[in-house]
Amino acid sequence: MTFTNSLELLAFHWVAYTIYAAMILSVIAWFGYNLTRKEAKSVVRIPFYWYMAFLVAGGVGHHIFTYNAIPWVSQDISRHSITPDATYDFEIKKHKWTLPQEKITIQCNQKVLFNVKSHDLTYGFGLFRQDGTMVMQMQVNPGSRNDILWTFSHNGVFNLVSTEYSGPDMYDEETGEDLMEVKKFIEVVGCTNGGAA
Amino acid sequence: MSFTKTLIHGTNFDHTGLNALQKVTLRAVVVAFLFYGLVAIEGMIMRMVATGPLNPLPPMFSHPDHYFSIMTVHPIVGIFGSTYQLVFGAFTFLVPYLTKKPLYSVKLANVTWMLITLGTVLAWLAAFIWQYAPLYTLYWPLPADTEQFHIVGGIVFILGVALIMFGTFGFIYNIYATIFARVGVHKDKTTKELLISGFGIDGLLNLINKLRGKQPYTKEPALALPVVAIFRGTVDTFLDALVILGAGILVLVFLLADMAGLNWDVAAIDALLYKNFFWWGLDLVADGLVLIYVAGSWYLLATLITGQKLFMENVARAALMLELLVSWMVWSHHLLGDQGQPEMMKLISGEMVTAFELLTQGLALFITLVTLWKARPLKMTMELKYLLGGLSGFGLAVPAAIIQADMGMNRVLHNTQWIIGAHVHIALIVGLYMTLYSAVYVLWPIVTNNTKLYSTKLANTHFWMHLIGGIGMGAFMGMAGLDGMLRRHLYVDGQFQFDMVMAAIFGTMLLVAWLVFLFNIIMSVGLKGLVGIFMPSHDSTASYGLEPEDK
Repeated sequence: MTFTNSLELLAFHWVAYTIYAAMILSVIAWFGYNLTRKEAKSVVRIPFYWYMAFLVAGGVGHHIFTYNAIPWVSQDISRHSITPDATYDFEIKKHKWTLPQEKITIQCNQKVLFNVKSHDLTYGFGLFRQDGTMVMQMQVNPGSRNDILWTFSHNGVFNLVSTEYSGPDMYDEETGEDLMEVKKFIEVVGCTNGGAA
Repeated sequence: MSFTKTLIHGTNFDHTGLNALQKVTLRAVVVAFLFYGLVAIEGMIMRMVATGPLNPLPPMFSHPDHYFSIMTVHPIVGIFGSTYQLVFGAFTFLVPYLTKKPLYSVKLANVTWMLITLGTVLAWLAAFIWQYAPLYTLYWPLPADTEQFHIVGGIVFILGVALIMFGTFGFIYNIYATIFARVGVHKDKTTKELLISGFGIDGLLNLINKLRGKQPYTKEPALALPVVAIFRGTVDTFLDALVILGAGILVLVFLLADMAGLNWDVAAIDALLYKNFFWWGLDLVADGLVLIYVAGSWYLLATLITGQKLFMENVARAALMLELLVSWMVWSHHLLGDQGQPEMMKLISGEMVTAFELLTQGLALFITLVTLWKARPLKMTMELKYLLGGLSGFGLAVPAAIIQADMGMNRVLHNTQWIIGAHVHIALIVGLYMTLYSAVYVLWPIVTNNTKLYSTKLANTHFWMHLIGGIGMGAFMGMAGLDGMLRRHLYVDGQFQFDMVMAAIFGTMLLVAWLVFLFNIIMSVGLKGLVGIFMPSHDSTASYGLEPEDK
């Protein structure tokens, strides 16, 4: 199983966690009901060491699963040894972006490096689809490296948003509008996959 | 009895019959629940604003200055003003009660709750009057940004937080001084014996001896298991207070320098290094003392509710030590979105060690459930109901945390409503608070000298509204997070309206639940009794249930 974008990953996550939540609440409810009954018998006996082994397997297995199923994990870890197809440098100062160009068009499956420098505060760098769902994001700290290598495998048009709060000045005082949001900043073209990156 | 008479006098509560320990406990608890109400109101304001055009509040609440001021103090009032006070109040009573020794100092316990209260009020005023809003994360150099914030507001806020931390030090000193006091049952114990027990080494040695077929190291550990949990959790409380105070001093120094006209360069402090330092300390609250205190509370509640010994007590003692060590090494899961953070730290601290929390918390859940199961049939009392609610809360919130503490998931979940909703709010409101409510109902007859609760129906109403409201609000916030809604962001256009309307409806249930609880408690102790709790006690006894010769 491989997820090609955040939409697929989060849809899977939504289903898996909802099933888990319903299950744990049902177990506790069943448990609570049976605590009051003298005749209640254990449905299954859970051996302690198997239970512990299950938790260890769950905790470690989750990371092994995501490492293999989510493409951006291994790419992120080894990004310094990968030559990007394109690099875009951004700067932020006093809640204002200095953008590499007015709009960016990216070809499908290109490996793109986004390099962001903050001159004052901690900001965020996030790309969002037109329906508000998140493609990806990273923190942007002043004084340290903030770069992310990303491969887009679906077409789409994305807004650029600072995903970290950097004080009330990032909003319009009266209307509350996000002054750092750059609408329809990136467009990905050339993918044959459906959906959005 | 008429409604008015009950409102004034309560059921059968007599504050004059309370000793000094009971009164100081109740003072902290009362203040904690008042702050809880303030937090619930603040939370509802933010929930309303997030509904966008449907927001019924005046426009001023949607102004960024105002909105983020509320967001800044919301966790300060909630965590320190309410939760810390409630936990500290309960432990100030439980440690002397369980060790069968008097509290080291009632005066210090009074100073503790007063300092935390005053500190919380100051921090709140800094946001309310000067709209100081760097958020609780205090990401450097935002708290020292005097172009966005008023210097006086910053100074008042930091002083408030400092007072809270000084109050915390007072609590820590009182707890350890009580545990190490060689009086009563510990008259003949050495400091070394108490330390060994406090760190759970006796439990570990018992396990090792059992494996080697030898006699147990000790059949009667010097300290009861819940006291061991308090002992361990308080280590994290201390470290956390040091870090927060350290960060506060740093901010204060820069603000004072700015006030004096000195143009200090904020870039002299490395933002990422500071973030590591601050999260190491702050995470000792979330992943340290809360989890350890909660595990200890579950063990205590399970044994008090069943009247039986805890299942696998030696394992539980040893596991609390593991929990303490784990809590010192997991902070990097907050920095998985920081690209300057070394990958090894992300992998080891952020992912692998963090995953151990599934093990330690799963173990506590298992031990508690088996202890309850072995004692069935049990009566479904209020304390049992709340305990099960608390177990459900952590059963939901801990796996939600492990899911997001992953380099793949964090890329699309960091800073979203998933984290604050499905994880933090469910952990705190459902997991922690329902555990604490269980403790309140267990301790109620002891601390109030068998005061009759005004209404069991109201107590049940509170239980269901709190449980459903807490899970519902967390779930819809979480779903908004999956849809891309950020947690520290202002949305005024109703972008995630359906989820936010649902979260507001469930949030309202939480607020109403608190009002129901408050009404029930006031009707039980009466307004006169409520005021009386804050009057000096005629009985200076600093212990509970001890014969005079033991005191």
